[in-house]
Amino acid sequence: MISYIFRRTLAAIFLLLVVSAVTFAIFFLLPRLVGQTADQLAQQYIGKSPSKADILAVKHNLGLDQPVYVQFWHFIKGIVAGADYNIGPTTVHCDVPCFGYSFKDHVAVWPQLTSRLPITLSLAAGAAVLWLVSGVAIGVISALKPRSLFDRTFMGVALAGVSLPMFFTGNLAILLFVFNWPIFGRDYVPLTQNPEQWANTLFPAWCSLALLYSAIYARLTRSGMLETMNEDFIRTARSKGLGERTVVVKHGLRAALTPIITVFGMDLGLLLGGAVITESVFSLPGIGQYAVQGITDNDLPKILGVTLLAAFFVVVANLVVDVLYAAADPRVRLS
Amino acid sequence: MTELSKTGVATGEPVAAGKTPEAFLDVRDLKVHFPTDDGLVKSVDGLTFSLDKGKTLAIVGESGSGKSVTSLAIMGLHRLGSRGKNVRMSGEIWLNGKELVNADPDEVRRLRGREMAMIFQDPLSAMHPYYKVGDQIVEAYRTHHKVSRKVARARAVEMLDRVGIPEPGKRVDSYPHEFSGGMRQRAMIAMSLVNNPELLIADEPTTALDVTVQAQILDLIRDLQKEFGSAVVMITHDLGVVAEIADDVLVMYGGRCVERGRADEVFETPQHPYTWGLLGSMPRIDRETSERLIPVKGQPPSLINVPSGCAFHPRCPYADIPKENVTRTVRPELQQVEGGHWSACHLSAEDRTRIWTEEIAPKL
Repeated sequence: MISYIFRRTLAAIFLLLVVSAVTFAIFFLLPRLVGQTADQLAQQYIGKSPSKADILAVKHNLGLDQPVYVQFWHFIKGIVAGADYNIGPTTVHCDVPCFGYSFKDHVAVWPQLTSRLPITLSLAAGAAVLWLVSGVAIGVISALKPRSLFDRTFMGVALAGVSLPMFFTGNLAILLFVFNWPIFGRDYVPLTQNPEQWANTLFPAWCSLALLYSAIYARLTRSGMLETMNEDFIRTARSKGLGERTVVVKHGLRAALTPIITVFGMDLGLLLGGAVITESVFSLPGIGQYAVQGITDNDLPKILGVTLLAAFFVVVANLVVDVLYAAADPRVRLS
Repeated sequence: MTELSKTGVATGEPVAAGKTPEAFLDVRDLKVHFPTDDGLVKSVDGLTFSLDKGKTLAIVGESGSGKSVTSLAIMGLHRLGSRGKNVRMSGEIWLNGKELVNADPDEVRRLRGREMAMIFQDPLSAMHPYYKVGDQIVEAYRTHHKVSRKVARARAVEMLDRVGIPEPGKRVDSYPHEFSGGMRQRAMIAMSLVNNPELLIADEPTTALDVTVQAQILDLIRDLQKEFGSAVVMITHDLGVVAEIADDVLVMYGGRCVERGRADEVFETPQHPYTWGLLGSMPRIDRETSERLIPVKGQPPSLINVPSGCAFHPRCPYADIPKENVTRTVRPELQQVEGGHWSACHLSAEDRTRIWTEEIAPKL
């Protein structure tokens, strides 16, 4: 088991390297594909009517005159050893791990990411708890009484939940519960500062996000439970004289939950890379908003940083899911 | 009811309703119907039989004849789950003086696993894949006995040892997928017998197993039955199994009993054309390979539109012998042949004896 985890970790690190190389290549190649030269890229950072010498200097400072693999090497080296960036009059040092430097904001990317991560984390974790509990609960009850009123009602709501975009539910929640009836706060406060206000401000965002996901989880749980409750081992459990609750929870749900945990891990990993729309709608300055900023500003280091962080979370989530899966299902346990 | 003590098979007449029967297991006019969109499925339609302790009754029939539905009805398993509301059951099932069909479900649950237990066809899918074999046995024991985990675990090891699993102290912590098919079925038997049930229902316990393992499992069931003195209902379509283990045989067709009696009677002087068909389609090692098996022609009957008259008449080669089209219009009732031997057929006793001795027996 330990050697399995070790092997998987090595593979994950390699995968991240590949992801960064691909991302880097895309961002290097894309401007050139639409016809931008290194000169034009450098020009973005200088004021109007630059001289040829200015462009050359900036191009050299940004490393745009070097081949792509050298630039990539500098980037990777920066992560492990830090890097120095020449910003014209002075040179700034970018501490380890250096995930690039935004020449537009004149700040390193990594500290920006770490300061925004708690917000994205708070949003994702709160919503995840809500959607997992409500989704699984609704799914189980629906599966136990298929085609009942409860089942039909909640599966209808679930369909609506999947279909309604965050732009609608999120804004509606803000309109109703923040402006019309000011039950919830407006300004994000870190958990460490004021837990009550933290939860209070995030709650509408949690619910809106959870509605989207819990609908999927309810359907997933329902179909999983319907299938599991028809398994032979459920009949065996009943034939032993177990109470129906034990049969449903210990024997049915236990088996139906395993695939749900897999999907849950993946969803959570994806969300940690930034809930772009939710953060925008609720004005939460998280990773997702940072990504939007990077894209609108055409600020490649930001986009690269967010992409790598998101990839990191997805890869880690994958690893955790695989290990959890082996722990949950003895048949896939690795010797 | 004098035959009852000797053979375990009750007489054909239903005992007066409400009267506690003498037999250990007594099923009277059991009907299990399932309403579906296509119509009412009459899986079991008026089944009566009884069984004494220490005896083995084999219920024989092809797929869809109602064997398994009968066994699940005795266990009270039809009423559970999301489909539980859809079943219609009537008749009486008496187990040890307690009526089960109309009993409180919770009362039946307390009997389940303790007084009556069940072994299933495929032990791989019948055991929970995520729990250790030992833990599943412990669960079965602790449901009915208020003991510590440690005591229950010792009991599980003891049972695994009793059913012939090597190194039971170690295998108790194995998962079902780490067992071979035969070992799994042994573990399943250990689990069902952990509470010393007085009735053991085995639903095709050897069908999913290797031929070599089949005999071992049958031997095991027989040994354990002797040891615990339980009554065994063996559901099977394999007449070899019946010959091996059964005291009494009940042949089912289309949800009804067509013949029942002591195993030797049914094998030596079978009375129903369907039983002849079953015997004729059984491979025998002492028969010339050039001789073909005689299959029962046609398809099992629809349980929604059961054929009129005798349900077997569309497949019966002798359906035209009785006069006035009676096989197509009148449903034959069980008639006593001799002692505890009963059969539901319109053929006259003379015709049956003649066909059996002249046409069927020589070919077997």
